[in-house]
Amino acid sequence: MPAAPTPGSRLRLTALLAPPLLWLTLAYLGSLAVLLLSAFWATDSFTSDVVRTWNTDNFHELLTTPVYRTIALRTLSIAAAVTVVDALLALPMAFFMARVAGRGWRRPLLVAVLTPLWAGYLVKAYAWRVMLGENGVVGAALAPFGLHGPGYGTTAVVIVLAYLWLPYMILPVYAALERLPERMLEASADLGAGTWRTLRSVVLPAVRPAVLAGSVFTFSLSLGDYLTVQIVGGKTQLLGNVIASQVTLDLPMAAALSAVPVVLIVCYLAAVRRAGALDSL
Amino acid sequence: MRISRTARVALCCVTAAGLAIVYVPLLLVLLNSVNTDRSFGWPPSGFTGRWWRAALHSEGARQALLTSLKAGLAATAIALVLGTLAAYAVHRHRFFGRRTVSFLLVLPIALPGIVSGIALNAAFRTVLDPIGIGFGLFTVVVGHATFCVVIVFNNVGARLRRIAPSLAEASADLGARPWQTFRYVTFPAMRSALFAGGLLAFALSFDEIVVTTFTAGPGTRTLPIWIYENLARPHQAPVVNVVAALLILASVIPVYIAQRLSSDTAGGRL
Repeated sequence: MPAAPTPGSRLRLTALLAPPLLWLTLAYLGSLAVLLLSAFWATDSFTSDVVRTWNTDNFHELLTTPVYRTIALRTLSIAAAVTVVDALLALPMAFFMARVAGRGWRRPLLVAVLTPLWAGYLVKAYAWRVMLGENGVVGAALAPFGLHGPGYGTTAVVIVLAYLWLPYMILPVYAALERLPERMLEASADLGAGTWRTLRSVVLPAVRPAVLAGSVFTFSLSLGDYLTVQIVGGKTQLLGNVIASQVTLDLPMAAALSAVPVVLIVCYLAAVRRAGALDSL
Repeated sequence: MRISRTARVALCCVTAAGLAIVYVPLLLVLLNSVNTDRSFGWPPSGFTGRWWRAALHSEGARQALLTSLKAGLAATAIALVLGTLAAYAVHRHRFFGRRTVSFLLVLPIALPGIVSGIALNAAFRTVLDPIGIGFGLFTVVVGHATFCVVIVFNNVGARLRRIAPSLAEASADLGARPWQTFRYVTFPAMRSALFAGGLLAFALSFDEIVVTTFTAGPGTRTLPIWIYENLARPHQAPVVNVVAALLILASVIPVYIAQRLSSDTAGGRL
């Protein structure tokens, strides 16, 4: 596709790349660098002022305090649970939308899945708070069966986060399933594969990068969330909450704490990139 | 692949149930905005238009909406320029570090909002504050634009992959300068992708709260910040409900436009 580099095209490339890279480096990488740097600073415990003396106390505290380990593990398991729930819901829904429903239905179904994305994060989280509350709909709906709603807590956090990020998982999976050529499925059937065999050997490998791409969103968004936790989490504490509450009190500690999600996500991205998921992001 | 009738019905039921769960909370917010009760109880005790009238006269909500619009438009404009340039570079050129550039662009939305938020906060505090640029609309726009770039980049990139490079080559062969080729060939083919990308970027900025919390000064209130601040105030709750209901109703418009515009960009990619 692109011609061999000539001095002219190299100049054009530089002109194209310079503004976005400059912006990203200055505004984003620069900020991340400041954050990382400030993790090695200290805080005056009386005035909450940042003291710029180099030390590794924050990381030491992070690694040796059991509470931080518990919270980090809890956050990780909630993010993993949300991702699994979303994948389990998105696969059949996207499969139905892309391959089973009639052609005329695909577009409306896709729109139906997309629309809530625009309705606002807070609006939806708050709607769940109301639903899970004492006189809420969930309780009212479960009461005839003698059941109780989950109330506010870890379960509610998983439900609401899975709810919020579901479209981010359905969209890439739908796109991948829609692109899957019918010929491949026919070929699989012609070679004697039954439905399950075709699903396992043809469909699943084809949607795997899409699921991984979707999981980048569900995993990362859950890992950093602190508002949903505040709204429906009851007493549950996640990494996001601890970081948010430390920002004004002890910025260096908050910075050290945010290294945890950053390391987790970068590892995840690196792993997912090998599977080619970032190309379908 | 043959799918049995039972499997079809089962898949249909799962999808229907999934969509029902998606819409129940939204319908409840709508219902709640005309509920006579101040606090939400189930079932509602009666219906009233009072809260809607109160909300329409709420100065705080109107100001916040205006701030959100300003921030969203400015961030989208920056993202459109930077995202398109980057998409052009990555999809029309081969160069060393090409994959690193795409990776870098994804990073602001791949990292949790709280990390981006406090990183920007720390940077603004240590770098901008000393030179006299305080927190405000400007810092919000910088934060939002940073994660909006990738949305435009993705949309425009998807389109560029579909536009055959031979079109641009033909244009060059016919004697057009690069700028003319862009103006008469490439740009018209990209227009709807730019619009869809811009729309998504605007929506992302409009809904963003975490990065906004850490980059806005005390006087700068976007709509999500206003909603969050007023959620906790019981006497404001009905007005917040109406604003929430309005947001849900308004959400139909951009989806409709995006769907009309293009099938490959707005629908398939975030």
